[in-house]
Amino acid sequence: MYRYDSYDQAMVDARVEEFRDQARRRLEGKLTEDQFKPLRLMNGLYLQLHAYMLRVAIPYGTLNARQMEALADIAEKYDRGYGHFTTRQNIQYNWIKLEDAADILADLAKVEMHAIQTSGNCIRNISADHFAGAAADEVVDPRPYAELMRQWSSFHPEFTYLPRKFKIAVIGSETDRAAMRLHDIGIRIVKRDGEIGAQFYAGGGMGRTPMIAPLIRDFVPLDQLITYAEACLRVYNRYGRRDNKYKARIKILVHELGAAEYTRQVEEEFAHMLSVGVEPPLEELARIATHFADPPFVSSKVETPFEQRLSTMLEANGGQGSAFGRWVRRNTHAHKAPGYVSAVISLKPAGGIPGDATADQMRVVAKLARDYSFDELRVMHTQNLLLPHVAIADLPTLWQALDAAGLGSPNMDTIEDIIACPGLDYCSLANARSIPLAQRISERFAASGRTEVVGELKLKISGCINACGHHHAGHIGILGVDKKGKENFQLSLGGSEAEDVSLAKITGPGFDEDGVVAAVEKVTDVYLATRAEGERFLDTYRRIGMEPFKEALYG
Amino acid sequence: MKILTGNDLRSGAVTWWNGTGWSLFVDDAVDVGDDAEEILAREEAARRVNVPYAIEATIDAGGHVRPAHIKDRVRALGPTVRRDLAVPTANKTGWDWVI
Repeated sequence: MYRYDSYDQAMVDARVEEFRDQARRRLEGKLTEDQFKPLRLMNGLYLQLHAYMLRVAIPYGTLNARQMEALADIAEKYDRGYGHFTTRQNIQYNWIKLEDAADILADLAKVEMHAIQTSGNCIRNISADHFAGAAADEVVDPRPYAELMRQWSSFHPEFTYLPRKFKIAVIGSETDRAAMRLHDIGIRIVKRDGEIGAQFYAGGGMGRTPMIAPLIRDFVPLDQLITYAEACLRVYNRYGRRDNKYKARIKILVHELGAAEYTRQVEEEFAHMLSVGVEPPLEELARIATHFADPPFVSSKVETPFEQRLSTMLEANGGQGSAFGRWVRRNTHAHKAPGYVSAVISLKPAGGIPGDATADQMRVVAKLARDYSFDELRVMHTQNLLLPHVAIADLPTLWQALDAAGLGSPNMDTIEDIIACPGLDYCSLANARSIPLAQRISERFAASGRTEVVGELKLKISGCINACGHHHAGHIGILGVDKKGKENFQLSLGGSEAEDVSLAKITGPGFDEDGVVAAVEKVTDVYLATRAEGERFLDTYRRIGMEPFKEALYG
Repeated sequence: MKILTGNDLRSGAVTWWNGTGWSLFVDDAVDVGDDAEEILAREEAARRVNVPYAIEATIDAGGHVRPAHIKDRVRALGPTVRRDLAVPTANKTGWDWVI
């Protein structure tokens, strides 16, 4: 993984001291809250319902054991013993004191981390496929390009005050595991006739006006990647709606101009920018790429074919139907290196809070990363963690350690694997609570044993229209709203954040808390009664449409 | 009744105006009547509170202060999903009134 050079470290260290001075001046009354707020937000420090909240960037969700241990130490020393992993592969702490904030940033800097650009109208943390560099179906490892974009976008003077926040995702497979087309810019690294380049999608997003990003350039050569991104941002920065916060995202600009006209303007700007010469030399990309070389996979572990080895190992450990067998089937993913898998660590125990991990759990995960995954960890946008490179032979021991720490739930991509924003329990923007719904639904399906029967079903819950819980992209989505001072929940069906991207449609009138939990059960009943062989929930919905579900819900 | 709430500048903790200062406990909140703006301006300028605002509230049959809006009721007690982290002593009457 990428390691800071002296320039990276110096920039981050300087920022810590700058913020220390700003916080001191605020505490001494030399800055008003109006003056201080944009400064703290540039360092990821929000004021939420119960306290300050600090959002720490985890670039494209990648970190090592030492960094995870530092996150655990911060949770214990400065917070209340836990952290919350987010849908943009970051971590948030909910109980931060302003007087501690600079010390926390200093602790982060010691392990090459920071909270810069995790808020504000700037380019946020670059996200990526969590299986990057590991997936069997990967065409190109997107991490070097994500890192290049991180370096380009960090402290970019022209893009510090954009019309609105700006989110970029980078993937390198046909399979989209990063909600790429629901980002302001989505980039797919591709290979054409042996040449690597990038597909650019622009103008996607969730929030109050969900949009799927259209393709605006099918192939950008590698030595023009940053220049093209710069052109996309320049057009947005020039014409994005600064007069109306709710129309200020790039998706509105692309929608109002039309993809063709936006693209024409980008191409015009791109031609100009090529003459200016902003592209870093390819040697810089090559330097970055050396940080992402494969770890030393052990060839002695690959003497027998993958499936045979997996099958033998399962038989020796209770078979397919055992808890371990279910975990292997659900939570491991095919790896590019023979004899290895990627192992998903579920932060979704039945009845638990999606994405929360205690300091002790973080330390367990860090140790397991060291012992079994070449010191590498990932944060998934689904609010789970991942060990990207695990030898099949190590799976039984790994699972036992995870299970003992409450991290062994075999539920990836099932109805228990719910994405939920912090909601009204923590967030000052929320209108309704998301977490209790996730808890009740996961508990109910786990208790009834229906989770496995239902199979893949992605349920996503947001506590307000800002859609941090990705409800627009849920096979089943739930949006919490305020209805005359009471929580009310809109149900929607048919969304997907994957390569078959689609936006969910609202079923009809909303429900109260009990009602929406029951509604989710009714919807899955319809699916189970009507599904064809091999169909996921989403497939059945797309085949039979909304009506049978509406009939069951409102009949 | 009209009460005042905000966050402590240093700690970020939710606080309530008790007539002479800022308390962690919603039950200490007092009716400020028409004095809200004056108190808010003075207290914020003195950095005794951060981002304060006035809200509507009622007194229930047991004499407890109950903010009118669900968001402020959640602020008064803590996350409903982490009751172990509730504001100390503020949950004597349970959680039913919050939601």
